[in-house]
Amino acid sequence: MDLVLSLILQIIYGIANLALISLGLAIIFGMMRVINLAHGEFLMLGGYTVVVATNNGVNLWVAMLILAPLVVGVFGVIVERLLIRWLYGRMVDTLLATWGLSLLCIGLVTSIFGASTTTTISPPLGVVTIGEYTSSGYELFLIGVTVALLIAVYATLKLTKLGLLARGTMQNSDMAAALGVSTSRIYMITFGLGAAVSGLAGGLLAPITGVLPTIGSVYIAKAFITVISGGMAILAGTTTASILLGGVNGIVAFLTGPTIGEVALLLLAIILLRLMPRGITGRFFKKSL
Amino acid sequence: MKIAQDFRGSVIVAILAALFTLIAPSILEFFTIITLTQVIGLAILALSLALVWGYGGILCFGQTAFFGLGAYAYAVAATNIGGSTGAILIAILVAAAFAAILGYFVFYGRVSDVYLAVITLTVALILYSLIRRTSGPEYKIGNALLGGFNGTGAPPINSPGDGAAMLFPEHTFYVAMAALILVYLLCGWVVKTHFGRVCIAIRENETRAELLAYDTRLYKLGIFTLGAAIAGLGGVFFCVGVSRVTPDVFSLSQSALTIIWVIVGGRGTLIGPILATFALYYLTSALGAQQWLNTNLVLGVILIGFVLLVPKGVIPSITDWADGRRERRVSRSRERRMRVRRSRATAGTEAAE
Amino acid sequence: MQFNRRRFLTAASAAALATPAINRRAMAASHSGPIKFVSILDQSGGLDIYGKPMVDTTKMAIDEINAAGGLLGREIDLQVFDPQSTIQFYTQFATQAAAGEKADVVHAGITSASREAIRPTFSRFKTLYFYNTLYEGGVCDLNTFCTGSTPAQTVEKLVPHTMGKWGKKVYIIAADYNYGQITAQWVQKYVKDNGGEAVETEFFPLDVTNFGPTIKKIQAAKPDMVMSALVGGAHVSFYRQYAAAGMNKSIPIASTTFGVGNEHKLISAEEGDGMICAYSYFEEVDNAANKAFVQRFKDRMGDDAPALNELAARSYEAAYIWAEAVKAAGTPEREAVIEALRSGAGYDGPSGRVAIEPKTNHANQNVYLAELKDQSFNIIETHENQPPTDTLLVCDLVADPNQSTFKFENGLEAAGIEL
Repeated sequence: MDLVLSLILQIIYGIANLALISLGLAIIFGMMRVINLAHGEFLMLGGYTVVVATNNGVNLWVAMLILAPLVVGVFGVIVERLLIRWLYGRMVDTLLATWGLSLLCIGLVTSIFGASTTTTISPPLGVVTIGEYTSSGYELFLIGVTVALLIAVYATLKLTKLGLLARGTMQNSDMAAALGVSTSRIYMITFGLGAAVSGLAGGLLAPITGVLPTIGSVYIAKAFITVISGGMAILAGTTTASILLGGVNGIVAFLTGPTIGEVALLLLAIILLRLMPRGITGRFFKKSL
Repeated sequence: MKIAQDFRGSVIVAILAALFTLIAPSILEFFTIITLTQVIGLAILALSLALVWGYGGILCFGQTAFFGLGAYAYAVAATNIGGSTGAILIAILVAAAFAAILGYFVFYGRVSDVYLAVITLTVALILYSLIRRTSGPEYKIGNALLGGFNGTGAPPINSPGDGAAMLFPEHTFYVAMAALILVYLLCGWVVKTHFGRVCIAIRENETRAELLAYDTRLYKLGIFTLGAAIAGLGGVFFCVGVSRVTPDVFSLSQSALTIIWVIVGGRGTLIGPILATFALYYLTSALGAQQWLNTNLVLGVILIGFVLLVPKGVIPSITDWADGRRERRVSRSRERRMRVRRSRATAGTEAAE
Repeated sequence: MQFNRRRFLTAASAAALATPAINRRAMAASHSGPIKFVSILDQSGGLDIYGKPMVDTTKMAIDEINAAGGLLGREIDLQVFDPQSTIQFYTQFATQAAAGEKADVVHAGITSASREAIRPTFSRFKTLYFYNTLYEGGVCDLNTFCTGSTPAQTVEKLVPHTMGKWGKKVYIIAADYNYGQITAQWVQKYVKDNGGEAVETEFFPLDVTNFGPTIKKIQAAKPDMVMSALVGGAHVSFYRQYAAAGMNKSIPIASTTFGVGNEHKLISAEEGDGMICAYSYFEEVDNAANKAFVQRFKDRMGDDAPALNELAARSYEAAYIWAEAVKAAGTPEREAVIEALRSGAGYDGPSGRVAIEPKTNHANQNVYLAELKDQSFNIIETHENQPPTDTLLVCDLVADPNQSTFKFENGLEAAGIEL
């Protein structure tokens, strides 16, 4: 019984983890149609921000919750201004550009900090005991943060004026421009927001993963598959896809082992896309965000 | 666009390539010739995507799935048969058959656009995960150990019918170049046939092609399968060149690189992606031989610069530029003729006055 | 081997079937001018955490030898290639080094995959080859010198020590590839030999970052200790998530792979304290040669100096072992150097004495057990001059020098080793 309970908790964490690494991409790719192959590097930069900041004496929470999204968000804005804004409407070219960007990020970080950087942080918040089993308190915290982040992004898009302008611009930028919206600014802000969310995710994961310049590549494929399986409605889509894919992955990984768990996740994604060629939200929750 | 649209152009390119093949061993160093075989394999892969994506309009992100299957099928078959000729055919067939099944699944399910790209990529990633799972000694097909992450050895090519008569590196290079040239001509010819024109029509406007009573699903499946067969052949030469095949042939970075070669070379041309493959491969390996700057850093800057400066890809930009020049020249000479005529006319009237 | 325009007569061994010999290099390297030393190690891509320190120490060794007047009065010309963690570049640069540069010696390869991809090339082009990484053992090749530690040297010492300390129920986790699989088999064997029980063995692809389900499995199995052969950056996550669940306090970890990628710097002190590892070198090894070596390395690299580990130290020592053999042979010619290497060439380096063992072309070397404390290792046991007994079980190059195989390719049982 304790095992079942702690396993359920573990699977929920797996789902939250998938949603966390995918959310930034959902904004940049799902909303803006920029195939961001540098997404993994955005996460890595968030992680590096935390490692470097804490090594220089910054408080861990400040580094994770404020510095990581800030630094990567600003980086995102710079990237958008210098590179991405020339490529709107040329979706496939964004693939080439962001591939170059991802190599550039890895090369820059390696050149500055070396192939690995000493880390001094460890996960805060101790251990939660369920009968004979223990789980990490920090993982529980991450589940909470992911839910809060989803709500925050939803609220921003749904309730604020900026969110309304952003959704309108993404739907029909000519019309938005005709109505006096500075679409160029909206694109910049949305991209920066997506980057900041990725940076936050990378920062939050820093205490429980290895932080290396090349680590981005382990996240990118999973994040893409999650976002695309989700479909057009980025939040509802990413959430449901994370639940389905993360759930199946966790259960299968526990029963058989991690490789088959991964294959199960990928196979499920293919079946989902075959049954629902426009993603989950192409069929369900069409009206949602 | 002129070069690719014109089959005569393809033949000229093929002849130039054949000439290069003949003189290459005398102008290039021996180790370069050995290395070129694997690059030719990659170029054939790029060519297959140039056909499927550039002409068929199918953005297949996981073209490496067929490439890798071809490579593995060749390695396994050649090890078991003890000769390469049958193994090459098997490799092509395996890749084509897998693509036919996968293509039936997606095209007849009306999956399109970006979703198709993702499904093919996911298939490649599944193969990547599965093949890496095969590290133990129990994963053996006949005599061939799959080897998991370490991969498995790929036997060299031998002359047909004699398994012991292995080809020299130069001869392997000739065979690979011949294959590249033939496949290039095949692609150049296919896009000029009725079948190829319908595929281009579907790329331009699928609904209109359908309303003209073409079964677009069948045409897409056809070009997709043909592309996969070519990619499988590319896999053969790649693994022969490397003399080993590892799961990396299915990796995300290999998939992304294939797309990048086509973007850099230009969509809608066949020669562009081939040249782009050679150029980028050369660049990457040259960077690996230097010690001053981080390889990724330089490569990243170059790719970003490329997107911003040469948005259409190299070959279309060159042909556009050439077309533009020709047009300007034509219009200039027309203008000149007009001016001459006008001045003659005025001269005539003046004289008449 | 006869060279014939139409056919190759292949060597008798199985590997040679895929690798026809080419006597293309009619003349070996010239007798004057610099001696050519090529190093092919990943300095970008996922394996750079291993490759960069190895290149740094190789450069240091060659610079030192050159500063001391070179070899046989000739300078050593070091060329470094970065294969970017890609197998096809390994093959390419190996061919370039052997056929193009006509290198006198090549030190190359980190993963077994890269070694197996390039080893045939060096046999084919008759180029002396050094592989300086700790690995699963079993290479039996006259032309190849494997100087890194093998499981019989490290696992054999680590398992009884940690089982005696922590208990007899062992849970094995390993990276899912040839190295991990074979190392796991060695662990199982030594656990059984020492009267223990391997309750479970689990393998992980190299890009897994979420180890939650496995940690729950370990909690359910309640072993006395965990034996880890995890590899690479993504797998660092295991140690962190294990500690986050509070497990590092209750079930300790031993490893023969933790630390060579400087993992002990990538996790914090409280996460790593108490782990026990076995290598043939630690930066903390207490002898004069090592202290001087570490100091020279730090002076050279400045503040960015990476931590030193077995891979880095062995790359340095292997360059010197080769140099000693060249001196003894009086020439950099391959045959003569092989002969000299196999006549007990060795070097007293930072890890102690490393000497070539002629039956296997592996190395007799010291093995150290160390406990992690505050991101650095405290040496707790030293075993001097350990032979590579695993490879010795299957390989005898003195009796049959004409070999070029990887004996463990089909696993240990196929090699005739009882588990």
